[in-house]
Amino acid sequence: MSSVTGVPTVNDGEGPDGQRVPQADRASTGRLGDRLFGGAATASGVIVIAMVTLIATFLIIQAVPALMNNQENFLTSRVWSPGGEEPGFGILEFLWTTVAAATIAMLIAVPFGVAVALFLTQYAPAWMRGPAAALVDLLAAVPSIVYGLWGLITFAPFFKPFQGWLESTFGWFPLLAQTGITGGTILFIGIVLSIMVVPIVTALSREIFGQTPLAHKEGALALGATHWEMIRTTVLPFGRPGVISAAMLALGRALGETLAVTFLVSSLPNGAAWTWSLFNGGETFASKIANNAAEFSSPTRTGAYIAAGLVLFVLTFAVNSIARIVIERRKAFSE
Amino acid sequence: MSTLTREGRATGDRRPRPQHEDQRRDRRRDDQVPDEGATPPGQGPDAGPLAEMGSPQRGRAVKDAVARVVMWGAFGVVMIPLVWILYTVVSRGVHLLLSSTWWTNNQRNINSGDVGGGARHAIEGTLMMAGITAVIAVPIGILTAVYLVEYGRGGLARAISFTVDILSGIPSIVAALFIYAVWVTTFGIERSGFAAALALVLLMIPVVVRSTESMLTLVPNELREAAYALGVPKWVTVVKVVLRTAFSGIVTGVLLGLARIMGETAPLLILAPYTKNFQRDLFSGNFPTLPMMINQDRGDIGLAAAAERMWGASLTLILLVLLLNLVGRIIARAGSVKT
Amino acid sequence: MSVSRTTVLGALALSGALLLSACASENNSPAPAAGGSGSSGSTGSTDCFSGNLKAEGSSAQKNAIDEAISVFQTKCADATIDYNPSGSGSGIKQFIAKQVDFAGSDSALKTVAVDGLVEADDAAKACGSPAWNLPMVTGPIAVAYNVAGVDKLVLDAEVTAKIFDGKVTTWNDPAIAKLNAGVKLPSTPIKVYFRSDDSGTTENFTKYLKAAAPDAWSYETGKKWTGKGEGKEKSAGVATAVKGQDGGITYVELSYAKQNTLKMAEIDTGSGPVELNAESVGKTVATAKPVGSGNDLALKIDYATKEAGAYPIILVTYEVVCSKYSDAAQGSKVRAFLTTFASDAVQGQLEELGYAPLPTEVATKVQTAVKAIS
Repeated sequence: MSSVTGVPTVNDGEGPDGQRVPQADRASTGRLGDRLFGGAATASGVIVIAMVTLIATFLIIQAVPALMNNQENFLTSRVWSPGGEEPGFGILEFLWTTVAAATIAMLIAVPFGVAVALFLTQYAPAWMRGPAAALVDLLAAVPSIVYGLWGLITFAPFFKPFQGWLESTFGWFPLLAQTGITGGTILFIGIVLSIMVVPIVTALSREIFGQTPLAHKEGALALGATHWEMIRTTVLPFGRPGVISAAMLALGRALGETLAVTFLVSSLPNGAAWTWSLFNGGETFASKIANNAAEFSSPTRTGAYIAAGLVLFVLTFAVNSIARIVIERRKAFSE
Repeated sequence: MSTLTREGRATGDRRPRPQHEDQRRDRRRDDQVPDEGATPPGQGPDAGPLAEMGSPQRGRAVKDAVARVVMWGAFGVVMIPLVWILYTVVSRGVHLLLSSTWWTNNQRNINSGDVGGGARHAIEGTLMMAGITAVIAVPIGILTAVYLVEYGRGGLARAISFTVDILSGIPSIVAALFIYAVWVTTFGIERSGFAAALALVLLMIPVVVRSTESMLTLVPNELREAAYALGVPKWVTVVKVVLRTAFSGIVTGVLLGLARIMGETAPLLILAPYTKNFQRDLFSGNFPTLPMMINQDRGDIGLAAAAERMWGASLTLILLVLLLNLVGRIIARAGSVKT
Repeated sequence: MSVSRTTVLGALALSGALLLSACASENNSPAPAAGGSGSSGSTGSTDCFSGNLKAEGSSAQKNAIDEAISVFQTKCADATIDYNPSGSGSGIKQFIAKQVDFAGSDSALKTVAVDGLVEADDAAKACGSPAWNLPMVTGPIAVAYNVAGVDKLVLDAEVTAKIFDGKVTTWNDPAIAKLNAGVKLPSTPIKVYFRSDDSGTTENFTKYLKAAAPDAWSYETGKKWTGKGEGKEKSAGVATAVKGQDGGITYVELSYAKQNTLKMAEIDTGSGPVELNAESVGKTVATAKPVGSGNDLALKIDYATKEAGAYPIILVTYEVVCSKYSDAAQGSKVRAFLTTFASDAVQGQLEELGYAPLPTEVATKVQTAVKAIS
């Protein structure tokens, strides 16, 4: 699972010791086997490039004509009526729902995930570590549709009263204003998503924390640091890049989650008033596309949804890139 | 087990260490760090010299205690929903799994309100689809990683690395739409298990590339150098030395990737409609899979029989994923080269 | 090294064992036919085929077609019929894309252009022959609600339209109270749930509102919900939502309302409140008029019916077929299955699943049309 981070270990074939992997071009004797194997490896790489180029081309070819016909501002409009004589569609609402739900998920999942990872590596009694870690690993592999079902059937009835209490107590605060949406609010989606991604954050953070050099930890303790100070000064700094990449992977998952969100979310009718409230409904990019995939009947209609998919794609890619840049920079500092 | 797990899942962000061997030893010793052993200063009599660290000693001890409580608390809070989920699935699904027909029958002629039948068709379908996906994605993924680590330099390698990043960011629903547009809209071929597998390939390749890449870079250069010094051709070195050494890690990565795609539903929804019958033809006809079985029965959740089937299928899917993970660990343990 | 290899092989064998034992797998023995075995009578002469038939579309007819499939497959062990209940729009789209052999739809193929495309023309192009709409099942749409303490509720078209348009917002609104003299209505806010996916149920329900209460319902009719409320995915989604929310109301096919044990409103059409039951639905279906030509049998329902005892909110679901399949074998498969589906024996069983049988006149025409598929 760790490998999905989208954050490569190395740049341009740097070895584990920071040296370049010997390329051994001289060792190559130009034999057929060498040429075939090297060719196959290169071809695979080229296939990957070709696939991505194809996908990008396809998305853009389908999206552009629809965008040209669009009567609304694609980025700032909340209208979504991609069919008809005068198609008009904007993604503002999906963007808000997607980002808000994913942010809530991150705000909950990252602190808790990291804390549990610290617990499992630094605090838990030895007998507990193995089983608890195995449990977390198992949960990281539970399909997201199962989390969705649990959210819909088991968790929602417990969450509703809590939401009602929040609404009536903190309703004066714009983010928690009452909207009349009963289930499937942005906050609810965010919480279910956070439960879905906590095991991912924990599993990946645990690995990196477990690799903190013993010398660092012993050094800190020898200087008289408390257990917590040792963690703060050695384990956390050492694990930070790993935590960032774990968080980014989790964020990618939260942004792109499709089916669970589709059946959890409450969508809004046309012309619903804008509110910042997290107790509002809405659709995420992925749920909007999945919920309407059945109706991709005309090129314009399809193009509008593809354009929305493109935005989700760019959003996820941006997240990955930022993670990568942050980690590269930290690497540069620590070396 | 934990050592292997860590090795299999090693993230790329570990700081460069001089020697592979040392890392392992370190990690092993790491587990034995005495957690409770270190007396927090501020409690012991020899806390004196630490006064120059600035904070009042009492405060430091309190902070330490608070941190300890917070960690235990966080663990408790996180475990509640997670255990709750497992409990829900197991308690509602397990008795179907124990029924005599669950592992042998399909759902043919079982209407949504009826009880009986089994999930064999969907189990087989899920495994077949995962199999065909792996057959396509694994070679491409491993070879791409080999290229990135062993061959690639300069522009092309950077371009490949960049595109793998992009690929890993593709939402599953977008991958499915792409395959639909190519497979159905452009070529007019019918939807099938294979079409869905193609979408899953797109999702699996980046996983395989990244995990293999991080494993290959862990292979000590001394091994490569030794092989070259003996005059072994490069491709033989890569296949027999580098890939062999990294074998266990690669397998773990592949199986984790498979576990991930087995639970994907969106591509199946668009590319492989469900059938209640056995289907062993990947290239034509509807295709049964566990996620689609769950999804189908979700539509009749008001019926006790359908709801039960939904939980049963969920539990079965979790068990399959678990089995794959176990197999991955066994292979990883068995195949790891003791250098 | 050799030790590790054997372990690897062992592990692989372990996982392979599951696959290999596939040989032992079996189909289910003939299901105990629900509601009397239909092996006698007019379905006796079933033309079995071996191979598979694929259909996709309306989720409103899923339970009906599942029943027909079970009956057919029980007789013909080599036949496999798959129905994918992904929605009417999807069914038509896949039919036009030649992905399925026939489509199930809650509305007949459109003959006017939508987004520059005419469904009927596209379907004819895909078939190479005119496509027919064959009404197969009629299903009532329930106005299902969940209000604590209210077990019987009467609504009329206008109040229903106002509720679903967000104009009437509490259960003790005078407009509702007027229709429910003697019922103690709470002041609970009304929570309207609608289908967030494009749906034939939405289309038929809004057609009813538009026809029966044109003043109160000013929106266009269509598969996309245009009123107010909170959207949930599919029939199961809205039904589950209402079940879990005091004050909730939605429109949903009868079978889902029944599955979730929701209470259903009686509709006052002007001649007294009408309960939703087979008889009251049958009365409305009987007034349906075929509007197609020849074997193309689109039905027109009079939603504004004022007939005493007729429940007005129903939908007719169609099978969309090619009149002449380019592959004759495919045509005969479709014909064989639909003959079973349209047979009196199967149609008779549908009532207990929450559907209403076609009026005899229409049923005869459908049976004739099915025979003409080639």
